[in-house]
Amino acid sequence: MLCIEARGLRKAFGTTIALDGLDLRVEEGHIVGLIGPNGAGKTTALNAILGLTPYQGELKVLGRDPWTERDQLMRDVCFIADVAVLPRWMRVSQALEYVAGVHPRFDRAKADGFLAKTTIKRASKVRELSKGMVTQLHLALVMAIDAKLLVLDEPTLGLDILFRKQFYDSLLNDYYDRTRTIVVTTHQVEEVQHILTDVMFVNHGRIVLDCSMEEFESRYAEVMVQPQHVPAARALKPIHERQVFGRSILLFDGVDRHQLAALGEVRTPSIADLFVAVMGNPAGAAQGATA
Amino acid sequence: MNTPSNTVPESPLDPQGIAPAAMSPTRPLYWSIRRELWENRSIYIAPLVVAGVVLLGFLVATIGRAMATVDPARKAAVLAETNSFAAGVIIATAFVVAVFYCLDALHGERRDRSILFWKSLPVSDLTTVLSKASIPLVVLPLIAFAIVLATKLIMLLLSTVVLLMNGLSAATSTPWAQMPVVLLYGLITLALWHAPIYGWLLLVSGWARRATFLWAVLPLVAVQIVEKIAFNTSYFGSMLKYRLVGGMAEAFAHQPHHSVPNQPHHSLPIVDLSQLTPGNFLSTPGLWIGLAFAAAFLAAAVWLRRYQGPI
Repeated sequence: MLCIEARGLRKAFGTTIALDGLDLRVEEGHIVGLIGPNGAGKTTALNAILGLTPYQGELKVLGRDPWTERDQLMRDVCFIADVAVLPRWMRVSQALEYVAGVHPRFDRAKADGFLAKTTIKRASKVRELSKGMVTQLHLALVMAIDAKLLVLDEPTLGLDILFRKQFYDSLLNDYYDRTRTIVVTTHQVEEVQHILTDVMFVNHGRIVLDCSMEEFESRYAEVMVQPQHVPAARALKPIHERQVFGRSILLFDGVDRHQLAALGEVRTPSIADLFVAVMGNPAGAAQGATA
Repeated sequence: MNTPSNTVPESPLDPQGIAPAAMSPTRPLYWSIRRELWENRSIYIAPLVVAGVVLLGFLVATIGRAMATVDPARKAAVLAETNSFAAGVIIATAFVVAVFYCLDALHGERRDRSILFWKSLPVSDLTTVLSKASIPLVVLPLIAFAIVLATKLIMLLLSTVVLLMNGLSAATSTPWAQMPVVLLYGLITLALWHAPIYGWLLLVSGWARRATFLWAVLPLVAVQIVEKIAFNTSYFGSMLKYRLVGGMAEAFAHQPHHSVPNQPHHSLPIVDLSQLTPGNFLSTPGLWIGLAFAAAFLAAAVWLRRYQGPI
């Protein structure tokens, strides 16, 4: 079943077009990474999905229209819109009490369990917690909600590497159960690569790449080409070329791996490398190709 | 941390919680109101502090001024005077608290971006705005009622002691059985009368990006200036004044009989049930026009909150 289905999603802020006919399909039980440069329309797309902003076009989230049926939808959808949105005056105990009070699917014991693994004190106010602890608290609240869709918009922005790793680890180990759907946007692409089932690139308000991680791994190959094979490798039409320590690294889309193995060391590129290849400005790409 | 005047009994939190049972529709409203009291503790602290100050002043007055007054009748009058003054100050404090609460209620959550957290929970914009509107319309009047009542009782005890020590009967002219009724009636009519003011402040709070106080006040001043220059009239100004202070005249009959002529500031010793005029109050067009405006302002605030993100 489809968790999110968007067709021709459009949204403009004045003359700035944030979403330009975006088509999006997210299957239930998938973990989708929405990757894109700043201003690509990621947050606008997520806001539309969460019913936070009106839009043009067709959009169904869990079978509902998020703008007109937002109140019902929010029982099944959870989100961490940004870091540091927990009210600073609130005590940890109050946050637990309040969410337990208003959310029919919140499991207080579960949240207590998650918090027990941290150093967060119940009597502390949010303003007294470090940024990492606030994120831990928010994650504990969210993970204790039995939601069908979890949306994370830059959930680890400004956190150190230990907190970031811990964040995704607990998300994967303690929350994800293959029936829940998670949509995550982040600039720290490398850190989410291993948890994703699908990756989507967004640019200029459209999806420019949409593939599962299995497809990603079989389709894209990165080759560190031996200097003598560079002309032969270029003949296979790489989508990107870059230089590292004087060696050429070429990125291929849909070229047979056996054929590539003859040219040099073949490996699966990181999402970040592909991102640069797909999104990198044309001038930079051309420069790389002629170098 | 618990708070006074929670009208809904607290339900024990069920730890199993998993059952996505249909939740009572009032539950989010109840928790949203509790949330407001957690965030804005001035709602009950400010009137309590003022009541404390009043009691302190009263203590000084009873011991000092009343003792110094030789005439026993004057002595009783001094006490009665401070007594009626107390209710006025506490209610006025509640009004000021309500005004500043409303100005920040829908603005603060956008300023600190916490609106994104509130909106991630299944609480509708209508519930949120209603919970915020209920603070000045329901919670603060109830708090004021409780505090004024407690203050008056303490004062009664103190003055009884003082008067008895002076060999005077404590039976004052204040009809104590009627007082809570009069007080509650006054607070309810005042809240209803001021409802459009709170609605307007909440609307501005949900709309303005900054300087909510200026946005709330300056347009009203501007309309008055334009009216004065263009038509040389001041209907708008008198309308605002009527809205601010006119409600009491509609809810209570004026007392033609000032029974105590030697009392200098016989300001508002409304003590008699016969002076309540609920019929007149309810038939005043101003009440219903005001309530219609309040409803419109709140509806606009709900509509606005759907579109507003953090600022």
